Amino acid sequence: MADRIVTANRLDDGLVVYLNGAGWSERIDDARVAGDDAAADILLAQAEGPGQAVRVVDPYLIEVTRVGAVVRPVRHREAIRALGPTVRLDLGKQAEVA
Amino acid sequence: MYRYDEFDRTLVRERVAQFRGQVARRLSGELSEDEFRPLRLMNGLYLQLHAYMLRVAIPYGTFSARQMRALADIARRYDKGYGHFTTRQNIQYNWPRLDQVPDLLNELAEVEMHALQTSGNCIRNVTADHYAGVAAEEIEDPRIYAELIRQWSSLHPEFSFLPRKFKIAVTGTPHDRAAVKVHDIGLHMCRNEAGEPGFEVLVGGGLGRSPFVAKTIRGFLPKHHLLSYLEAILRVYNQLGRRDNKYKARLKILVHELGAEAFTELVEAEWAELKDGPVELPAEEIARIESYFAAPPYETLTGEALEAQNREFEVRRFEDRDFARWLRSNVAAHKAPGYAIANISLKPEGGVPGDISADQMDAVAELAERFGFGEIRASHQQNLLFPDVKLADLYALWQALGRHGLASPNIGLVADIIACPGMDYCSLATARSIPIAQAIGERFADPARQHAIGELGIKISGCINACGHHHVGQIGILGVDKKGEEFYQITLGGAADENATLGKIVGPAFGYDQVVDAVETIVDTYLDVRAGGETFNQTLARVGFAPFKEKLYAAH
Repeated sequence: MADRIVTANRLDDGLVVYLNGAGWSERIDDARVAGDDAAADILLAQAEGPGQAVRVVDPYLIEVTRVGAVVRPVRHREAIRALGPTVRLDLGKQAEVA
Repeated sequence: MYRYDEFDRTLVRERVAQFRGQVARRLSGELSEDEFRPLRLMNGLYLQLHAYMLRVAIPYGTFSARQMRALADIARRYDKGYGHFTTRQNIQYNWPRLDQVPDLLNELAEVEMHALQTSGNCIRNVTADHYAGVAAEEIEDPRIYAELIRQWSSLHPEFSFLPRKFKIAVTGTPHDRAAVKVHDIGLHMCRNEAGEPGFEVLVGGGLGRSPFVAKTIRGFLPKHHLLSYLEAILRVYNQLGRRDNKYKARLKILVHELGAEAFTELVEAEWAELKDGPVELPAEEIARIESYFAAPPYETLTGEALEAQNREFEVRRFEDRDFARWLRSNVAAHKAPGYAIANISLKPEGGVPGDISADQMDAVAELAERFGFGEIRASHQQNLLFPDVKLADLYALWQALGRHGLASPNIGLVADIIACPGMDYCSLATARSIPIAQAIGERFADPARQHAIGELGIKISGCINACGHHHVGQIGILGVDKKGEEFYQITLGGAADENATLGKIVGPAFGYDQVVDAVETIVDTYLDVRAGGETFNQTLARVGFAPFKEKLYAAH
C-alpha cells in the first residue's frame, strides 16, 4: 500500500495545500503521511471535518513516495500541482524549484 | 466599437454586486462549494489545478486601447503580471484570489467588460471573424449580428440552464476565419438570388470527444429573422438535448442522433410559431447597432501623396529583409486603399502561445492609439491584430512591436501554434500542451525555414475536450495519459475554414520526448513530396498518409 496524503485548494486564494499536523501547508513536504488505509481514512475525515469547508475546497487523497523528508506525488498531475507549472519558470513556486 | 448603454451598465454592475455577496457568503460558510460552484462559473470563475482562473469575455474579439490598459492593470494588481488569450477570443487570468475577484470584476465593469457567460451551460461569448469590418471581400460586418446575439443571449432566462454549453460564431466573408463549421451554431453571411444579404445557418458542429462538422439547415435566412430562428434552434435543443449524460449533451449529438433533416423540421416547426414575433430585428435596430461599427475616418490619399507613400513603403520593403518577411506573414489586405491589417503574433520563440505580459499589453494599447485608431482585435488563434494601419506606418509599427517582443513573423506558419493550457494549468487535462508547443516553436525557430515551409497550422490539445482545436489542425496533436505517462496522438489533414474537415489519426501515439521529432518528420516529408505551391492538405490529399506513416514508423 502506497503512502498517502491529503491535498486540496485553499478557499480564499485557490492555492494548492496539504494537510499537516496543524492545518494546511503550501509545502508538500509538510504533509502528514498515512501509511495504511485506516490512517488515510482518518486524514481524509479530518480534512472534511467541521470548519474545513471555509478553509479548503474538495480535499482528496493522493499517493506519494517518501525519500527522507522529501514527499513526492506518484502521479504526474499531482507532481505539477505540488511543484507548479512546468512553464513560466520565472514565476511562482516553479521558480523556487528551478 | 460598441459602447454600453445605461441598461448594459446597470446589468453588469448589478451582477458584480450580486457576485460580491455570493463570494462573501461562500467565504463565511453560508454557501457550500456545491452551492457556490455554479454561481462562480456563471461569472467566469473556475478553480483550476493551482489556483482560481477568471475568463474575461472579449465579445467577437474587439476591444479598445483603454480596455487593454485595464487588462494590464488587472494583470499586475490581481495576477502575476500576465494574461493568456484563449482559443475563443477571451483572455484568462491564471492566479486571481477569490476574495479579490469582486474588486477585479468592478475594474472590468469600469471599462465595459465582464466575465459573464464565459463558462456554464449557457450561450457563451459570441465569436466572429477577427478581420470583421476590414476584410475586402466582406458582405457585411459580422460584429453587428454578433452584438445583437450578445444582447439577446445575455442572461436570457430561457437559455441560462441549457443541457450543455453553447457556442455561436459569425463570419461575413466567403473565406471563413471564424471556424463557424465547428460551432453549435455557425452563421455564414451570404446573398440570396436577389443579392440580399442574409445567413447560411449551420448547426451541430463541435470538437471535443465527439467531433462533428456542422450541417447546413437553412441555406438563406433573411437578417431580420436572425434572432427568432436562433431562438427556435435553442428551444428545440433545450427541450430535446440530453441532460442525463454530459458527454452526450451538446447540440452536435442531438443533431447527429436525430439526423439533420429531422432536426431541421423541428426547428422550422418551432420557428413557424416564433417568426414575425417580438424578437424580429427591425431595420432601425440593425442600423443602430451598425452605427457602432462605422469605419474610422480613413485618410484618403490621392495622386502625388499616395504615390509618395507607396514609394517609401516599397523602399522599406526592398531594403529590409526582416520587415519584408513580417509583411509577408503578418500583414493582410485591407478594404480601404492605403491601409493594412497588422497581425501581432503572441507566439515568440519559446513562449507560451497566447501569453502576454502586462507591460506588453500597455505597449499594444499605446501602439493601437498611435497607429490604429485605438482598436485591437483578439483572434481565436491566440494572436492580436490592429485592423486599421496606414501602409506608411507599418515600418514604424513593426519596429516598435519588435522592441516589445511582439514582432515574430510567423502568423499562419508552423510556429503559430494553437495550444490549450494543458496539464500545466487545467484541471481537466491529461497531458501538457504548452511545453510541446514551445519545443516545436524552438525546433522551427528560424524564420527563413518557417517561411520556406509556408502556411501550416499545428494545434495542440491536452485532453479530449479539444480546447486546442487539434481535430482541425493540419497537424493536430492530442495529449493523452497512458498508465501515468504523457503520450501524443497525431492527426493530419484537419481544417477549420469553409472546407472544414476533421483530421485523421496517422498511427500510434508518440511519447513526450518523441513528439517534436515526429512533427519535424511530418514537415520534412511534406516538403519532400509537395508539388509546386501545394498546401499541406493538398499534398496529403494527393499522396495519402502512406509517405508520412512510412517516415514516422519505418524504424518500428
